[in-house]
Amino acid sequence: MARKVIVLGEIRDKALRNVSFEAIAAAKVLANGGEVVGILIGEKAANLASDMIAYGADRVVVAENEKFKHYTPDGYAQALMAVIEEEKPEGIVFGHTSLGKDLSPKIAAKLNAGLVSDVTAIEADGDNITFIRPIYSGKAFEKRVVTEGIMLVTVRPNNIAPLEKNEERTGKVASISVEIKDLRTIVKDVVRKASEGVDLSEAKVIIAGGRGVKSAEGFKPLQELAEVLGGAVGASRGACDAGYCDYSMQIGQTGKVVTPDLYIACGISGAIQHLAGMSNSKVIVAINKDPEANIFKVADYGIVGDLFDVVPMLTEEFKKLKVLSF
Amino acid sequence: MNICVLIKRTFDTEEKIILTDGIIQEEGAEFIINPYDEYAIEEAIQIRDEQGGEVTAVMAGNEDGEKELRTALAMGADKAVLIKLEEDVEDGDQWTTAKVLSTYLEGKNYDLILAGNVAIDGGSGQVGPRVAELLGIPYVTAITKLEIDGRKVKIERDVEGDVEVIEASLPLLVTAQQGLNEPRYPSLPGIMKAKRKPLEQLELDDLDLEEDDVEPKTKVLEIFLPPKKEAGKILKGELEDQAKELVSLLRSEANII
Repeated sequence: MARKVIVLGEIRDKALRNVSFEAIAAAKVLANGGEVVGILIGEKAANLASDMIAYGADRVVVAENEKFKHYTPDGYAQALMAVIEEEKPEGIVFGHTSLGKDLSPKIAAKLNAGLVSDVTAIEADGDNITFIRPIYSGKAFEKRVVTEGIMLVTVRPNNIAPLEKNEERTGKVASISVEIKDLRTIVKDVVRKASEGVDLSEAKVIIAGGRGVKSAEGFKPLQELAEVLGGAVGASRGACDAGYCDYSMQIGQTGKVVTPDLYIACGISGAIQHLAGMSNSKVIVAINKDPEANIFKVADYGIVGDLFDVVPMLTEEFKKLKVLSF
Repeated sequence: MNICVLIKRTFDTEEKIILTDGIIQEEGAEFIINPYDEYAIEEAIQIRDEQGGEVTAVMAGNEDGEKELRTALAMGADKAVLIKLEEDVEDGDQWTTAKVLSTYLEGKNYDLILAGNVAIDGGSGQVGPRVAELLGIPYVTAITKLEIDGRKVKIERDVEGDVEVIEASLPLLVTAQQGLNEPRYPSLPGIMKAKRKPLEQLELDDLDLEEDDVEPKTKVLEIFLPPKKEAGKILKGELEDQAKELVSLLRSEANII
């Protein structure tokens, strides 16, 4: 049975986020040959429709409105519900991002529907779709199915491979106008705190520092390595609590959950709460002076040594590689 | 100010997950209040101490939840409500929980409802926003600062590291993110007092709900543990050689660059 599935494209800094392309790939699986319709909501969004199509959407519906300058649950829900009423989809896919986590339960409640959040893999067996998602902070996984009604899903960034980009693909792009009223929450300001550049939750490479970095300046060698690798810098709670860095960088049970291709833990002891945020990373490297540190238990590769010696050496070694690609 | 806090009982963060016949072993495990819900409780108590009113802690769970509700009372909540589902609901999902909680909350006219941003066991973060939507009130998730002035509310929320400054008004539901406050430990007098504070126990019947009304929309087919990681390779030799070897291993063996 083919299903019609819609995907909410998420715009950040005037471009679509990677997770939106991953969500299209997920929608293709749910659709089982049916139509995948991209939805773009924003102050200006139509110019990004072709990207959704290049990554696999069959067509795109765009809702532009000056009230979409900032995300609000009320504003986005009104636009999305208008599209849902028109399209009558059998599935909806969101990214498991700040926006997707905030909006998807509201839509699920409006539709009286089940929602499977934070999906890392999807199994399709004919009509049957099974979602795999981490529970207990990645200490276990569950296979979950939607038993009734429309399927709502959020997909965790960096886990479902996007389809190959194909600029030749074409599809219809339609605009809808939605009257937005009664916004009950208003965004007055957005203070950018997250470090410029690569977004931690979508980064393919993360260099993370713990108490071992000893000071705010101690993050410098980590930043240099991250720059060479095109990665992002994260931190353990210990480093945040000690005031070495902002909490926006924290990875762990409280903080961000990340699954990059490469995670390099520098001076991190490996408390269970930290492991909860990163242990599903594809390859883990640990650098720590203490050979008994817990982090070595989850590491694929370990170097016992002072991060202030080892990290600059790694930066030099990676610099020698001419082509770096992740 | 009439304040409600939604709390969940979860596995202690330190607990190992052990599966027996595909089911997570609960016997002998330590349980705690979901850490994000502790921020919600702390915030509720601080607001009440400043502005007056009452804090009610509400849990949809099973009879064991009394322990965590008593902890919330010991921290300073005024009263607690335990909605016991074990007799009627076998495998509820987030829809089930939200339906039960919103049915209980309907008509209670709380000015402010607080919950955790996410529970560390199920990890979906759905219940707060679902409850708000079912009650027809607005919500703000992942908040790190809350200021209430009359009916006006000013909020800071965490958006993947950035801070969004939001204005809203009561009634409102918010979910707590780390950084909102530093939850207190229950004091000894607090623990003594908590024993005498009211803790109401309800079942679906008391909410005029039937099993069919809360039938989940999703179902778990299987729970499994992640594949056991093979012991990693600890490199040896001069540090400089180790750095070289690591880069080459990442390239040849791990195939990631």
